[in-house]
Amino acid sequence: MENNIFELQYALDTFYFLICGALVMWMAAGFAMLEAGLVRAKNTIEILTKNVALFAVSCIMYMVCGYALMYGGGYFLAGIAGGETLVLDALAASKENGFGGDSVYASAAEFFFQVVFVATAMSIVSGAVAERMKLWAFLAFAVVMTAFIYPLEGSWTWGGKEVFGLYSLADLGFSDFAGSGIVHMAGASAALAGVLLLGARKGKYAADGRVNAIPGANLPLAALGTFILWMGWFGFNGGSVLKLGDVASANSVAMVFLNTNAAAAGGLVAALLVSQLKFGKADLTMALNGALAGLVAITAEPSTPSALSATLIGGVGGVIVVFSIVLLDKLKIDDPVGAISVHGVVGMWGLLAVPFTNQAASFSGQLIGLLTIFVWVFVASLIVWSIIKAAIGIRISEEQEYDGTDLAECGMEAYPEFVAPS
Amino acid sequence: MKLVTAIIKPFKLDDVREALGRLGIQGMTVTETKGFGRQKGHTELYRGAEYVVDFLPKLKLEVAVADAQVDEVVGAVTAAAKTDQIGDGKIFVFDLLAVIRVRTGEQGDEAL
Repeated sequence: MENNIFELQYALDTFYFLICGALVMWMAAGFAMLEAGLVRAKNTIEILTKNVALFAVSCIMYMVCGYALMYGGGYFLAGIAGGETLVLDALAASKENGFGGDSVYASAAEFFFQVVFVATAMSIVSGAVAERMKLWAFLAFAVVMTAFIYPLEGSWTWGGKEVFGLYSLADLGFSDFAGSGIVHMAGASAALAGVLLLGARKGKYAADGRVNAIPGANLPLAALGTFILWMGWFGFNGGSVLKLGDVASANSVAMVFLNTNAAAAGGLVAALLVSQLKFGKADLTMALNGALAGLVAITAEPSTPSALSATLIGGVGGVIVVFSIVLLDKLKIDDPVGAISVHGVVGMWGLLAVPFTNQAASFSGQLIGLLTIFVWVFVASLIVWSIIKAAIGIRISEEQEYDGTDLAECGMEAYPEFVAPS
Repeated sequence: MKLVTAIIKPFKLDDVREALGRLGIQGMTVTETKGFGRQKGHTELYRGAEYVVDFLPKLKLEVAVADAQVDEVVGAVTAAAKTDQIGDGKIFVFDLLAVIRVRTGEQGDEAL
């Protein structure tokens, strides 16, 4: 009888992992739509190509070596299906952990849930470098990022390994529940390195230093993308509880869903209000970024805050993101979709907000973890981008940029039946 | 014969068409276009950065009329398209050398 319950628990937890993984996979669609909406029509196909290709590259590279670097086990996922003693092993592990202990689930489900996080981190990069980066240079970077840069910092955090054998983040009280830092800020750090080497889009900054706006082509797509991300985030945070099959875990999952939603709502309203007060208009793109900022902010700890705290944590993220976007523009760091602000700057806020509601985390631990991830991903990315730049170049020509990356890199137009003004 | 070309605010099209219809005008051509005059463009704000919209959307209306009707057509368009705000548009009147109805081959005033 006990074994039957353990088998059911195993099945439930595995199923829960897979469904959450599928939800996170759908976030790739959200990023694709958001980015396609916020670039100009002439860069639509290219940004979509980057988004679908980076997802596929992430899946392959994480399978080849990323997962092994992060969590151990063999390259190419050797042995992940489990051996002949699979059932007996699982039951033994369940018995040892007890009904309310750590969950036991299929290793393949664990990989599936992890691989979609890698793709999320990489998706963040594509938006920031949009409209001017070479397609193949971007994909070359995606290979290194998902095979090596991300898995290594992941191994120091979720993987539990020491940072280059020097210190252990877990011992210092670092806690990042679903990856405000490990996934989102990491993606933004790689994006920042790329943007600094790449430079701004032509026409973004006038000779006298004025910032020119380059409005996105399709705000309905951007709004749809944000809703898709919002939905996928329930898998992102909810799945990170790692277990559903007992009352305490089920409650925790429900709280995480509730808080994730609350933070997004708080972030959206805050960004909309700041936009109205600061610019005198309700800027939809800021509101959308605000919702995502709320989601990023709560991702580091969605299980311990009360619903009100979660709303406030998201709300602060929504305020930060508007000021950050304007500040980065002033610094001439051109980020067409606001990815560095949403995922990087607000990701830092998310990490630093954890100790407010989770006593197990410490500010010093959060700060050291934040710096560890940022410095590693930023420096490693800067080196990789530089190598790619020297080898094949990372930026398309000025004329190609005027014509649009769609024609330059993909040889077709997204809306061939329309006469598109530049 | 004259060709009356009027640049008007897009939302005034229905008023202008009705006014010309009352005068017995049988046909007209409308083109969506962009431009600026003394109104200039205006600035908009996107994600905190200003940008200038130089060319504002307008409609270009073309009507071929008999010489005798020019004044009342110009008067009707002026009255119907006017909002008393800057950017109401302009009317240009050209001499028209010939008009031919494609279906019948009729020419001149007959073809209007």
